[in-house]
Amino acid sequence: MRKGQYRFVAGFLLVPVALYLIFVIWPYIQTFGYSLTDWKGQSQTFDFVGLDNYKALFQDDIFTDAIWHNILFLVFIPVITILLALFFAFMLNVGGRSKAGGVRGVAGSGFYKIVFFFPQVLSLAILAVLFGAVYRSDTGGMLNGFLLKLGIVDADHPVEWLNEPDFVLWALIAVVVWHGVGFYLVLFSAAMQSVPRDIYEAALIDGAGRAQSFFRITLPLLWDTVQTAWVYLGIAAMDMFILVSTMTSGEFGGGPDHHSEVMATVMMRNFLYYGKSGYACAMGVVMLLLTLILSVVMLRATRRDRIEF
Amino acid sequence: MSALTKETSPAPAPRPVDKEPVRAGEHRGEGVVLNVFSHGFLAVWALLIVLPLLWLVLSSFKTDAQIGGSAFGWPEHWSLDVFSRAWDKGIGDYFLNTVIVLVFSVPLTMLFGSMAAYVLARYRFWGNRLLYYFFVAGAMFPVFLALVPLFFMVKRLDMLNTYQGLILVYVAYSMPFTVFFMHAFFRTLPTAVFEAAILDGASHTRTFFQVMLPMAKPGLISVGIFNTLGQWNQFILPTVLMQPQSGDDPERYVLTQGLIQLRQQQGYATDLPVLFAGVTLAMIPMLVVYLSFQKQVQAGLTSATLK
Repeated sequence: MRKGQYRFVAGFLLVPVALYLIFVIWPYIQTFGYSLTDWKGQSQTFDFVGLDNYKALFQDDIFTDAIWHNILFLVFIPVITILLALFFAFMLNVGGRSKAGGVRGVAGSGFYKIVFFFPQVLSLAILAVLFGAVYRSDTGGMLNGFLLKLGIVDADHPVEWLNEPDFVLWALIAVVVWHGVGFYLVLFSAAMQSVPRDIYEAALIDGAGRAQSFFRITLPLLWDTVQTAWVYLGIAAMDMFILVSTMTSGEFGGGPDHHSEVMATVMMRNFLYYGKSGYACAMGVVMLLLTLILSVVMLRATRRDRIEF
Repeated sequence: MSALTKETSPAPAPRPVDKEPVRAGEHRGEGVVLNVFSHGFLAVWALLIVLPLLWLVLSSFKTDAQIGGSAFGWPEHWSLDVFSRAWDKGIGDYFLNTVIVLVFSVPLTMLFGSMAAYVLARYRFWGNRLLYYFFVAGAMFPVFLALVPLFFMVKRLDMLNTYQGLILVYVAYSMPFTVFFMHAFFRTLPTAVFEAAILDGASHTRTFFQVMLPMAKPGLISVGIFNTLGQWNQFILPTVLMQPQSGDDPERYVLTQGLIQLRQQQGYATDLPVLFAGVTLAMIPMLVVYLSFQKQVQAGLTSATLK
């Protein structure tokens, strides 16, 4: 290569690589180092403590419980979201039967797609305020008001959705599903549209019903996309910081009495509230390791032979 | 308000009509039952999306007492006063701060991301692959892993609670996806045009800005929408980096952060209509952008997961 070309390549790479190194890569690397110290953040002096932070971490009941809450999210959020999204996508793309008998979406599917996707463009902060009001613990909350109308809830004892240890995690799951279904619906729709229509029509002529064409055709052909969705939802379930920290009680959320705590909220509280930077770094490392392990396990567990079409 | 109700008017996109009519089968009966069933489900979900949003917008016209009293009262006065109050209580500043940051961060993200992606996609040099993976790997790690050292890095640069600090951090954290996507895009562009430009005596830099970048416009639009929405909705980074550092350091909260702040200040007792009005104001630009660029927004966001 000529010299000018080298200068051009280097010139183009200089700023992006520098920014990326300073603000992304170097902090990532530092986290590993700091996680081995008792650094408190304010002072620049700290001692090397080996794996003490990690040992303390696994004796910290709040953190280990938080891991279990993340795992609960990890099981239910992807399953519910993917099933609903797949069902809707199927209905909107091949669920309808035209008068002539061809395969197409149900009437009004364009409209449904627009509405279902909309929550995706809203920030989680907006969602936190919205659902804070929906889950409000007195009769002024939308959910309680609705149940009151139906006669399920009694006006003197409305449900404290976000303050009941048994309900709080499910209330959070509902928000994530509400937010995510439209996104995965659009993702699956795109994949379904690339499946040749004549496959469905051939199945129809052979006498396959809707359920059969869904399980025998749609699902196997969409497996790759479902797998991707699974990994993305899994990563989201390991995070959950914004919703938990803003919707539940306590400094950085996690209430009532740590029943909705996730790893990220424990970490942020230790870092910004207690100032235990070294300890928080160790939590960050554990979060990374768990996320990596889970991605690999999920990809492995859901592996199928790819079907070419 | 009027912008939101627009959503409920049916505006179905035209569906491709089947070309070859296939014989109507013996599935009519099953079809009718299932059609009612599936339409029911779809309609219920649509209501579950629209009703809470409309309810919140409606609530901003109510008084505090009304909001606390019953969930389904109708507002007594339709006054837009509450929106100007919300604007003055900080929403205006939060909007302005977010816009100031994004006006710089999105174009810079696109510029630097495309530059890096371009040379990685079209030039062979030692370490090319390594650098590419180095960029893309960043997308694998949760941002929490970097937060603590990032905070002290920005502090050392004396950029905590400054626009430039947040802008640079946004650009850096948007690099992985931008490089990944634009890299794939630049690879698909034809080499012939590039060679013609070089033969005509254009420099490499000029070829990039005047020939290749315009050709990559569809990709730039997708990634641009993705980055704009992502940075607009970002919450964790500003929460850590944009706190006033001393008594006389002014607040420079971005919109997401400001809404949460407002919510925490209000609690449940004081001025909920203002909070709801603030959320309504924050939703309007998103709704307008979404309804006008609906196809591109959906494509831009979902392309992040495909490939």
